[in-house]
Amino acid sequence: MSAPFLWILLPLLLAAALWFVKNQRIAAWIAIAVLILLTLTAWLLPVDTVMSVGGFSVKITPAWEILGRRLVIDNTVTPLLALIFGTAILWFASTLVLTPPRRVIPFGLVLTALLVASLTVQPFLYAALFIEIGVLLAIPLLTQPGKQPGRGVIRFLIFQTLAMPFILFSGWLLTGIDANPGNLGTVAQAATLLALGFAFLLAVFPFYTWIPLLAEETHPFTAGLLFWLFPTATLFFGLGFLDHYAWLRESPLLGTALTAAGALMIVSGGLLAGFQRHLGKVMGYAVIVEIGFSLLAVGLRSRSGIELFLMLLVPRALGLLLWTFSLSILQAQAGELSLDNLKAAGRQWPYAAAGVLLGSFGIAGLPLLAGFPSHLAVWETLAAASPTAFPWVFTGSAGLILANIRLLSTLFVPDGPIVWMARETKAQRVLSVLGWALLVLLGILPAWMTPFWSRLPALFEHLGQ
Amino acid sequence: MSAFVSWIAFGLALACGVSLFLSRNWRWILGCLAGQYLALFLLVQITLPLSSAAAKLVTGWMASTILAIAQMNTGQVEKSETNWPQGQWFRVLTSGIVLLVTLALAQRSLDLLGISLPAAWTGFFLIGIGLLQLGVTGQPFRVVLGLLTTLSGFEIVYAGVENSALVTAFLVVINLGLAMAGSYFLAPLEEGA
Repeated sequence: MSAPFLWILLPLLLAAALWFVKNQRIAAWIAIAVLILLTLTAWLLPVDTVMSVGGFSVKITPAWEILGRRLVIDNTVTPLLALIFGTAILWFASTLVLTPPRRVIPFGLVLTALLVASLTVQPFLYAALFIEIGVLLAIPLLTQPGKQPGRGVIRFLIFQTLAMPFILFSGWLLTGIDANPGNLGTVAQAATLLALGFAFLLAVFPFYTWIPLLAEETHPFTAGLLFWLFPTATLFFGLGFLDHYAWLRESPLLGTALTAAGALMIVSGGLLAGFQRHLGKVMGYAVIVEIGFSLLAVGLRSRSGIELFLMLLVPRALGLLLWTFSLSILQAQAGELSLDNLKAAGRQWPYAAAGVLLGSFGIAGLPLLAGFPSHLAVWETLAAASPTAFPWVFTGSAGLILANIRLLSTLFVPDGPIVWMARETKAQRVLSVLGWALLVLLGILPAWMTPFWSRLPALFEHLGQ
Repeated sequence: MSAFVSWIAFGLALACGVSLFLSRNWRWILGCLAGQYLALFLLVQITLPLSSAAAKLVTGWMASTILAIAQMNTGQVEKSETNWPQGQWFRVLTSGIVLLVTLALAQRSLDLLGISLPAAWTGFFLIGIGLLQLGVTGQPFRVVLGLLTTLSGFEIVYAGVENSALVTAFLVVINLGLAMAGSYFLAPLEEGA
């Protein structure tokens, strides 16, 4: 059996089968069971090694050829697959107690499989094509037939689609530079195209306007899932470029450009979050801040920078999941997610409101929550490496925390007398408390996250060294 | 012979690209889109295997058909834009500017790309007019047309540097996916949905 069959084709086939299952809960349970299996196999089973199981010999071969190109999953990629499938389990488990959008399970499985394919295709440049197909497949999740799509969806489609030609073209130019690194004109052209491609794909300033719009227009669960999957795939894709091309990796301008872009995203995202009157939009700006932090970590251009980038992943996934889970509860029960509509909503939906706050504070890097150790490490390293950027980054982070304090005040301080009650279902309360506990535990005991990211640097041949 | 065909394709793409941008009749617009794909076929069959070039043509026409069917089912009348000048002269002027810019740009990139002059002109013109379309509209149907036009231009230029079957297959899927997305935006709400 080949590894791409197991970790790419199997989820795709499962998604096709689940398309015909009308009961979303049954679909979710089946998907969770298969994903647990895929996570465990990715974490435990070695690729390209013969294993004896009850008298049978099993070997997972690493490569699979399609139309002259290959999908390759070796032992360096499997820890990342475990992380991706593991987080997918949590996302799908939360649908069991929510009213998620139609067909979110099959679409989620397809998007996860495409994300894995984008990480494993060789030449890695073709990841842009997988990501674009993922974008197109996400459209039915983001819109409803017959309803005019919002500006966020349209911009999402435009920016992500425009990224692909830029990246494919820059990839072709980069191949030429590998053969003739002295041609400075081609280097400049390739770098410009690559920067534009990733600015579109990763929603770097000023191309991030679709994120808050999408967060406002669509179901919070869908938005959160996409905000987790697409930036993660794109960031790993971008790191693939850095790992592959020595001239790019060693360019003195790269660190400055990434730090500047990251700082700009953090400061603009953090400050703009404070002015929003919609909870979804606040989440959108928090996602922008998080992408900025990832760029900053990569911009440090050292092994520690890559480790910081990887450390940010688990808290981000958990924070975003808790945030979107709680927003989905509020939207289903309270209606619109505007601050005006949710005044003192925490007194009627305290579990969901606390989930929104803990998720958002966790992403912002508040002490004692899961995001704090990784954010603190980025702040410390940045303060030493780039004292100019640090105040801006600190301002952005403070802006996001202040925005969350504003949410706290809106959600819990009543205008008049309101009786405390908990209108969430029991299952929703249980999952909320589990989410809070996980965020707090990982904040107090960050070493628990080490197994998740310590094996990941091996994914990069040069950056991880 | 191939040079003559290339110049014919350039003329066709120019006429279709400008007409697509100027017209407000969806039948005419989708006819122009199909014409653009014919121009694409005529240009890429020089560098790609005929089967790959034919796949692009069939895909383009399928995309046009999907959008046409979606339009027929909706019967929507195109709404006018609110943010940008709407006059035909404005559109003609901006198309002319795009043409001039892309002609200059294509001339400079000939050595780098290793494609013929008409192919470079057509490719860059379609990219430019597609981007212009994206810049002046917020209507989903027009946006999808703009993206398809931009991708057509990109495919012409990229065919000169990459002839992988996998890339061709992916671009086919992406073109069809964009058309499906466009039809999804236009689809009327089903009973009970």
